[in-house]
Amino acid sequence: METLLEVKDLHVHFPTPDGVVKAVDGLSFSVRRRETFGIVGESGSGKSVTNLTALGLIDRKAARVSGEVLFKGRDLLSLSKEELRRVRGKELAMIFQDPFACLHPFYRVGDQIVEAILCHDNVSKRQAEQRAIDLLGAVGIPRPQDRFRDYPHQYSGGMRQRAMIAMALSHNPDLLIADEPTTALDVTVQAQILELIDRIKNEFNVGVILITHDLGVVADVAQSVMVMYAGRAVELGTRDEVFENPQHPYTWGLLESIPHIDQKGSRLIPIEGSPPSLIHVPPGCSFHPRCPHRFEPCDKEVPALVDRGSGHLDACHLSVEDKERIWNEREARRTKAVS
Amino acid sequence: MFQYMVRRLLWAFVMIVLVIAVVFAIFFVLPGGAGRREDGRASPVAVLMAGRNPRPDLVADIEHRLGLDRPIHIQFGLYLGRALKGDLGYSYQSQYDVRDAVFRRLPATMSLAFGASIVWLMIGIPLGVISALRRRSLLDRGSMLLALIGVSMPTFWLGLMAVFFFDSRLGVYNVGDYAPLTENPVQWFKALWLPWIVLAVVSAAFYTRMVRGNVLEVQGEDYIRTARAKGLKERSVIRHALRSALTPVVTMYGLDVGILLGGAIITERIFAIPGIGLLAVEAITSSDLPTILGVTVFAAFFVIAMNLLVDLVYAALDPRVRYS
Repeated sequence: METLLEVKDLHVHFPTPDGVVKAVDGLSFSVRRRETFGIVGESGSGKSVTNLTALGLIDRKAARVSGEVLFKGRDLLSLSKEELRRVRGKELAMIFQDPFACLHPFYRVGDQIVEAILCHDNVSKRQAEQRAIDLLGAVGIPRPQDRFRDYPHQYSGGMRQRAMIAMALSHNPDLLIADEPTTALDVTVQAQILELIDRIKNEFNVGVILITHDLGVVADVAQSVMVMYAGRAVELGTRDEVFENPQHPYTWGLLESIPHIDQKGSRLIPIEGSPPSLIHVPPGCSFHPRCPHRFEPCDKEVPALVDRGSGHLDACHLSVEDKERIWNEREARRTKAVS
Repeated sequence: MFQYMVRRLLWAFVMIVLVIAVVFAIFFVLPGGAGRREDGRASPVAVLMAGRNPRPDLVADIEHRLGLDRPIHIQFGLYLGRALKGDLGYSYQSQYDVRDAVFRRLPATMSLAFGASIVWLMIGIPLGVISALRRRSLLDRGSMLLALIGVSMPTFWLGLMAVFFFDSRLGVYNVGDYAPLTENPVQWFKALWLPWIVLAVVSAAFYTRMVRGNVLEVQGEDYIRTARAKGLKERSVIRHALRSALTPVVTMYGLDVGILLGGAIITERIFAIPGIGLLAVEAITSSDLPTILGVTVFAAFFVIAMNLLVDLVYAALDPRVRYS
């Protein structure tokens, strides 16, 4: 499958009076067509900023951006504002977290979709309206010809998110970026929306970047996973690899902190400490203050993102053998606690 | 939407009745006892209404005519009935029907109010929008400084200063030369341009700040980010933002104009514009109770009416309001 997006050594720094906020600090990854690429991380890990930068939605006067973001071969960071505007919404679309706030409350939903269609396509209003109705139907909104005329506040949360997806699909984009699309929705609706995104990926032949802090979501729908911490990627691989054979202490912590239904009575296992300030990022490995396995080089050298074989990368100084041993120990401890 | 309109209309009616009740209480009940005639003495209200040096038979006549010798709730009923029919009373002192006097003065007040409001909208909105879009630029800082100065200036001081400079010093303006628009448009404009500016300064400053604040706030909203994400031209994105940011301005405008229509008392006095405000001043200085009463009710009515109009317009602009 062709590579749609290739991010190379992306840095996004925001100078502030208190210091430089290193929101993204050397990020590289790629996304292919018909693939769901999950980006996982806590709040403030840089997941959203990465994608907003790709779309040109970050104010370039406020941020220092370096690196390359190659979309179908073109570096988005070097495009002019107008060129970028023509890509946005047409070849590269994004949906956001809070569907309640993402649609303009004063305009009808149908009109907002029609507007999205007309800004890139020179079709008649009638054709655009029909296409909007078809799109609303395609995302599973019942009676789309009636719902077309409604205002956003007349839609439920799940329907609004579906409408956002319909709007994003209006030009058959190649890549869809979904920034925490289900965080603001309840669990049953969440499942429906994820299933919709998955179906669309295949029907419309798009690549999907799914940003979330919820590992359960990623385990369900993603083919590849990238774990981010403090603006850097700490682990990157296929979903199966990362979940069955995680190679970074942060990933271990994340996986262990997921409560299990059979884990009755025992306490939750959090990751000690809290995420670092992005202004005063810890030297060396940014995770080292919270890592129970830190040793000599961890507070001095930044671990590079290294391929340990089979395309599974991680940024940790521990050797492969050490990691395997520690992970097995942790697994054993956890299984004992559960039984 | 229809339900909303009907509800608002009913509410407006209730408000008018309440206002009339309060006015009634202030003017008929409070002065000199319960307004009821104490044994052997005339009703204090009738005395006041009769004007300066009232003849006893006039007072008795007023008492009888307005039912001031009847119980208080009957008095209120009579007063309410008269007010709702549009009868604002008769000024015995000045010998005119109050409603006629008010309507005669209304065009001047309307000219002043609407004219000034157009000036402040034409200044406030564009300046506020541009300041927000070019935040922290020289223009933005300059306009905010001007706005701060404008908002801090008392209208009476500004008005007096304006008359001093433009009338006494420069001679480009002449106080007291008002002519109605229908009679002499040139003179009408010559009399109004300065009071328009004076009245508009404070409001323009206020609106500039408000519009700027609204636009800045709206710019950070998620739906603006969505508009950009879909690839809309910046012009369209700004249109989306203005639609949200300017809708509250409609409410403010209605209220401000409503208040002005009740008479911009100070400005009319300083510039000798024969409007309702000036009528009120004259009535107060000569203790002409019927006129004071009539102007008060009329002004309150205008505020309520503008309020209602503004609510209906807002519902037309913001669909969320209609269905609540």
